[in-house]
Amino acid sequence: MTRTPLRPLARVLPARDRGENPDSIERENIRLRHEAMRDRARLRAEGRLLLLGCAFILGFALVGFRMAVLAASEPTEPRIAASGAQIQAQRADITDRNGRVLATNLGTHALYAHPRDLIDPARTAQVLAGLFPELDAERLHRQFTDGRSFMWLRRKLSPEQMQAVHEIGEPGLLFGPREMRLYPNGRLAAHVLGGASFGTEGVHSAEVIGVAGIERALDERLRDPARLDEPLVTSLDLTIQAVVAEVLGAGMRLLNAKGAAAIVMDAHTGEIVAMVSLPDFDPNDRPRPPTEGEPGDSPLFNRALQGVYELGSVMKIFPAAQALELGLVNPATMIDTRGPMTLGRFRVRDFRNYGPENSVRDVIVKSSNIGSARLAQMIGATRQQAFLQLMGFLEPTAIEMVEAPGARPILPPRWSDIHSATISYGHGLSASPMHLASAYAALVNGGYRVEPTLLRRDTPPARERIISARTSAQVRDMLRSVVTEGTARMADVPGYAVGGKTGTADKTRPEGGYYKDRVMANFAGAFPMHDPRYVVVISLDEPVETSGTEARRTAGWTAAPVMGEVVRRIAPLLGELPVIETVVPDGITPVRN
Amino acid sequence: MRSVFFLFSALAVMALAFWAYRENYATQNAAREAARLTREIGRLNEAIAVQRAEWAWLNRPDRLSELVEANFDRLGLMPMTANQFARIHDLPMPLPPDPAAGLAEEIDAVVELAAEAEEAL
Repeated sequence: MTRTPLRPLARVLPARDRGENPDSIERENIRLRHEAMRDRARLRAEGRLLLLGCAFILGFALVGFRMAVLAASEPTEPRIAASGAQIQAQRADITDRNGRVLATNLGTHALYAHPRDLIDPARTAQVLAGLFPELDAERLHRQFTDGRSFMWLRRKLSPEQMQAVHEIGEPGLLFGPREMRLYPNGRLAAHVLGGASFGTEGVHSAEVIGVAGIERALDERLRDPARLDEPLVTSLDLTIQAVVAEVLGAGMRLLNAKGAAAIVMDAHTGEIVAMVSLPDFDPNDRPRPPTEGEPGDSPLFNRALQGVYELGSVMKIFPAAQALELGLVNPATMIDTRGPMTLGRFRVRDFRNYGPENSVRDVIVKSSNIGSARLAQMIGATRQQAFLQLMGFLEPTAIEMVEAPGARPILPPRWSDIHSATISYGHGLSASPMHLASAYAALVNGGYRVEPTLLRRDTPPARERIISARTSAQVRDMLRSVVTEGTARMADVPGYAVGGKTGTADKTRPEGGYYKDRVMANFAGAFPMHDPRYVVVISLDEPVETSGTEARRTAGWTAAPVMGEVVRRIAPLLGELPVIETVVPDGITPVRN
Repeated sequence: MRSVFFLFSALAVMALAFWAYRENYATQNAAREAARLTREIGRLNEAIAVQRAEWAWLNRPDRLSELVEANFDRLGLMPMTANQFARIHDLPMPLPPDPAAGLAEEIDAVVELAAEAEEAL
């Protein structure tokens, strides 16, 4: 900046000439200079104030932001973080509908070795082989001395075993923390839970992943870090599950059956209260899948869900229900049941001759194949297929188990009239007991479609009507009659108005055709029949009842008594009030419209 | 005046420095304490999980039914049946309380009140 002189000669001399005081010029210049200085200083001060203000605003904003963050942060449950926690080891618990633990995690340790740090490999191998029978001393010694620097010895140790290993005092033996999946109820609900095993393994932790059942199907939910503290609440009731397993096991032994399955389902919500398949296994020590023999005979096989079989006469209620729904018949309409009925080269026969004519109700009560085939003829193959589709028989069930999509019903390749007739009494279409349970639930609950689920539903699901309430009431009446006067009298339980239908299906030979002396005995029913709360399906594989002079295999003698015992035991536990069926007094006629 | 101001500022700075120093250590202590508590809660949670697992294990239906059978002589527990249900109005009513017992107390109270009233007069 050029400094202007205070007394510039160019102005002073003319001023003197004019007789003015040159000092005024100097004062004027001083004033201007001071003004300029003042403006500069003010600008600088203002800039500093602005900067300071910004700094304060920033500081307070930072403090405020931090406070907001702290206030809005989710409280997290403190847990012991494993060092190197890249591997997600935790897994949420699974409980039954009342909060009783079905699966939980337990901290344990895995044993590994750094063979190069071993001081006395020979002795260590010897002692370890003594502690753990599955280890071989010689092989272990060879592995310890072949120069490797790391090896796993055991995946799970009990505290006692861990102490014993500590006592060897070998610095080359090390422990890694592990989360172990524990099923405290042992074999109970084994098929539902499936089992778990280790995924990615590290020294400090290992992933626990589901291998079957609901553990596998909902693996992501169970391992979701945000929902670890929230147990997965299933719809199962541990007490009911235990009682059903006990009764079914006893029935299976008494009847010399090869296997058995049972489902107890809430008729309105589709919640599975119990699902049992026998023989079962211990999910804490899940056996390997069999490499030979029928996969269907393995304990791992869930008969209730994966057992896709021809179901037999339990299917007869569907053509009857459909014919009622379509208005083709009413329960009293007489159906021609003269046998044998010929369809092309195919003949339909009855177990016995039930007379020339029977009402629709009696076709169900006596379980007439010919009557059902006639009803199917009246309905026609296309409409029958549509109805079974609606009942869920043409698709795998949507239950939350990894095995569900594989349990696809077996349908005839072409739905001919002959197929239509055989399907009407349960042959030619194979489905699982789970399909049967949800279809029966829809029939008896007033006509609403039911999706089976393993998760507790706290709110009732949206309901889609598939048959009318009137048809449902007529079906309930017929199913009740089967128990009071038909083939399933052994299933009756005083006070609980059991209703249902028996079904005895000859088993198919692998080479084609049917076995003469091997059957699947099924019972599908519900209770109490005036307002069904629970649907029960019982299925026995190759049962024989030998108390009489001849071996009896029909479901009325095998599955029906098991059904009766199951209901007798579980109904009080489910809190169902027994209703004593009163004799209608004289002069009052019950009317149904 | 100016020197007093400077002295005062210097003292204030020293006091603030001392305060900040103490806060710093208090914060570190609190953080350590929080970490310790977190670890302890984690450990206790794990212990609770073990206890819950043990509870479930000891209450598994298999074991309970075995125990019921083993102690049948003493407990005589049987499966629940439909006969054990009853409606409330089918149950006998509880006996009405003895009216004389309540009456005696009331009489005593009235007598006492009368006595007090007399004294007051």
